[in-house]
Amino acid sequence: MPASLAASPIRRREGFPAATLPATIFLVLALLPTVTWITGGSYLISVGSRVMIFAIAAVALDLLVGYAALISFGHAAFIGLGAYAVGILSAYGFTDALVSLPVALAVSAAYAFLTGLVCLRTKGVYFIMITLAFGQMAFFTASSLAPFGGDDGLTIAARNTFAGFPVLRNERVFYYIVFFCLLGTYLFCRALVASRFGRVVRGAKENPIRVSTLGFDVYRFQLATYVIAGALAGLSGFLLANAAEFVSPAYMSWQRSGELIVMVLLGGLGSLDGAVIGAAVYLLTEEWLSAFTENWKVIFGPVLVLIVLFARGGLLGLTSALARRITRA
Amino acid sequence: MSTSLLVVQILNGLQLGVLLFLIAAGLTLVFGVMDFINLAHGVQYMLGAYFAVAFYALTGSFLAALVLALAATLAFGLLLELIVFRHLYDRDHLDHVIATFGIILFLNHGVKLVWGAAPLSLPMPELFSGSVQLADGLLYPVWRLVVIATGLAIATLLYVLVAHTRTGMLVRAGATNAAMVSALGVNIRRLFTIVFGFGAMLAGFAGIMIAPILSVEPGMGDTVLILALVVIVIGGIGSIRGAFLAAVLIGIVDTLGRSFSVDILRLAMGPSAARTVGPAVASMLIYLLMAVVLYIRPAGLFPAKGR
Amino acid sequence: MPEPVLRLEKLRKSFGALLVTDDLTLDVMPRELHAVIGPNGAGKTTLINQISGLIAPDSGSILFHGHDITGMPVDARARLGLARSFQVSSVLPGFSALENVALAVQSRSGSSLRLFGRAAEEAGLNEPAMAALGDVGLAERAQVPAGELAHGEKRALELAIALAMRPKILLLDEPMAGTGREETARLIAVLRRLKGRFSVVLVEHDMTAVFALADRISVLLYGRILASGTAAAVRADARVVAAYLGEEME
Repeated sequence: MPASLAASPIRRREGFPAATLPATIFLVLALLPTVTWITGGSYLISVGSRVMIFAIAAVALDLLVGYAALISFGHAAFIGLGAYAVGILSAYGFTDALVSLPVALAVSAAYAFLTGLVCLRTKGVYFIMITLAFGQMAFFTASSLAPFGGDDGLTIAARNTFAGFPVLRNERVFYYIVFFCLLGTYLFCRALVASRFGRVVRGAKENPIRVSTLGFDVYRFQLATYVIAGALAGLSGFLLANAAEFVSPAYMSWQRSGELIVMVLLGGLGSLDGAVIGAAVYLLTEEWLSAFTENWKVIFGPVLVLIVLFARGGLLGLTSALARRITRA
Repeated sequence: MSTSLLVVQILNGLQLGVLLFLIAAGLTLVFGVMDFINLAHGVQYMLGAYFAVAFYALTGSFLAALVLALAATLAFGLLLELIVFRHLYDRDHLDHVIATFGIILFLNHGVKLVWGAAPLSLPMPELFSGSVQLADGLLYPVWRLVVIATGLAIATLLYVLVAHTRTGMLVRAGATNAAMVSALGVNIRRLFTIVFGFGAMLAGFAGIMIAPILSVEPGMGDTVLILALVVIVIGGIGSIRGAFLAAVLIGIVDTLGRSFSVDILRLAMGPSAARTVGPAVASMLIYLLMAVVLYIRPAGLFPAKGR
Repeated sequence: MPEPVLRLEKLRKSFGALLVTDDLTLDVMPRELHAVIGPNGAGKTTLINQISGLIAPDSGSILFHGHDITGMPVDARARLGLARSFQVSSVLPGFSALENVALAVQSRSGSSLRLFGRAAEEAGLNEPAMAALGDVGLAERAQVPAGELAHGEKRALELAIALAMRPKILLLDEPMAGTGREETARLIAVLRRLKGRFSVVLVEHDMTAVFALADRISVLLYGRILASGTAAAVRADARVVAAYLGEEME
């Protein structure tokens, strides 16, 4: 079958094969620890881990917002649920990842399933609002869990062990665990988007009525996507709890959910690569600017507005436009 | 559970409801007529309060502060509409969410820069401070009654404006079908600006009225915004009547829920369990309510665009 | 007397005070091309929407191969073999023409709950899709995003999508709406080739197409069937001439 007849959703960057950008990103991420090995210190590694942890959640959210056109304003709740699974289990003495990871995934997937059942009956702005509501519910539940710190959050005594081995405590090892989780998430989502399943979901974004008249139960496909995205965010939460050794209701605030949407938009919706880039740019900017001033968001707010007005395709949109100008010149 | 406590809490719930209505009214109209999700509505409310504090410091008079702050809120709202929102009406909801989220960040931190992070206060007008005796052993703050009264008065005014004036009719028509109204030759831009400005003023007014009771601080608009969004979703987008009913419902449910959840739950479970679960359930109550309403009526109770 | 593929029994639908479908009874026989004609506002699209499931009738029943599908959701009906095209082109604009049709093929070939495997490279989907595109004359435009196709090409794509579902009954809602003479002739040729493969309900204004293709014609007026029968019978029916064709001749 000649490649030209393939019906493909993967966009091509101007002049470069589709895999160049993600390959570059993951290469950079993979080599980061060697840079610090030369320069010393572990600051870059912990920042890198944090970026990748949020990138996992951002990629999952891109699946929802970019590919399925389901604007979830409560995505942070799943991160929080995964994190709290780790925290609460730790408090009860279950400190092994072989226990807390499956639980984290199961809890976030279950919450996604139950809330998805209700949310997906609505459309448009009602969907946004109801996902926000469920996010708030998770937030308030966590805030009132007095035995687990309530508003102040819960400190975790130590990172999870893996099959009894304290490997997560080594910053470098942890970094690479997160790296492989991100790589796995990315590849999984790529495959999902290119699959038959992904095609139905992408079609439903364009014209849900049309897709249902073809014989697809759109609700079921959207629910499955919602659960997958929730579970992946739960994975992100599991890693976050371990990285910070602390969980707090703030992980699930609606502001956090908003920030996740911003990360996805920043990189460029519907590209998965963009989600990783967006997460990196947002968090690094936050790190860098907050060193100058506590009020860096005064600048960031208008920047967001400008992005929406003029750079709707995010950074990837800007760079493609730029690349097109250059190749034409 | 004494009756006077119940009455006080119902009045408090009504006060919260009226406040929410003032904010939700602008939000639902902007949403209904322009199909624009304005998350920055909460910061309009916050700005109203801050402007009132600033003008009070300048003039020493609550009334002067009220009038000036209303004018400032209106001006600021129109400025925002002109510079940012006007360009977003044709875009999809995600763009609205992100752009107005950016405005929230900008203003929440902006007020921190200008006025500092410490909570500020606005003194109540002398005439209305103090409490009044409603019944034997039942004292209630006068100012809260003033808030309820002005809120209800504005609700009536809005009803009259929307149901009995030409502009009101255009607004209602616009909420049902903006494209058609525009095609009929109405200056839709001007209508949008009027709706937006009016909504901003209402939110600012709510902020000014509540400032003597609550503390004025950065981020005060955020919780209120979420509640207002729940109100308009339950009430149905584009409907003033829906917003009013939903606002009062939520105000009362939320207030009574918070006061009595522990007591009510104690009937079903032990006291210590009730004390743990109670506050959580109380804060979740309105979200559960919204989820139930949306499950039964995915477009809210009285959506302007019909079911 | 063979069993009808589709039987509509006393279908009723009102929108508020407006009665759009009024005690409508209609039979479509296996493999016949049954045209439904009538003036604008007669309720033709509402009828198609009720058959395909987008609108629920207030009362009455719809039987498909003897099964009562009146309460069935849209996608379930499609899976039973009921395909439709839309009066206003309803393609997936961001997908290429090929991918639009491949998705339709996909609905009939095994599970779509597959999370892995590159759908774009499945010959089992692409080959039938290309064949359908070829049938309607769009083979050269396979890679073009559907949103960029000309109006007439979109109508052809609508048809290709419906055909790719290998339907047992095909509901066509004004497939020639807005197409030029050449395009119309091509669509008529395609439909003529497909005649007899499965049942077709053809809602159309274009009388040339109707008389060229229809085995039977039903005339819809104010939500009721005024007359139903062969082309010759309907043409000669005085009521029809007075109510509909007569107006056309003016």
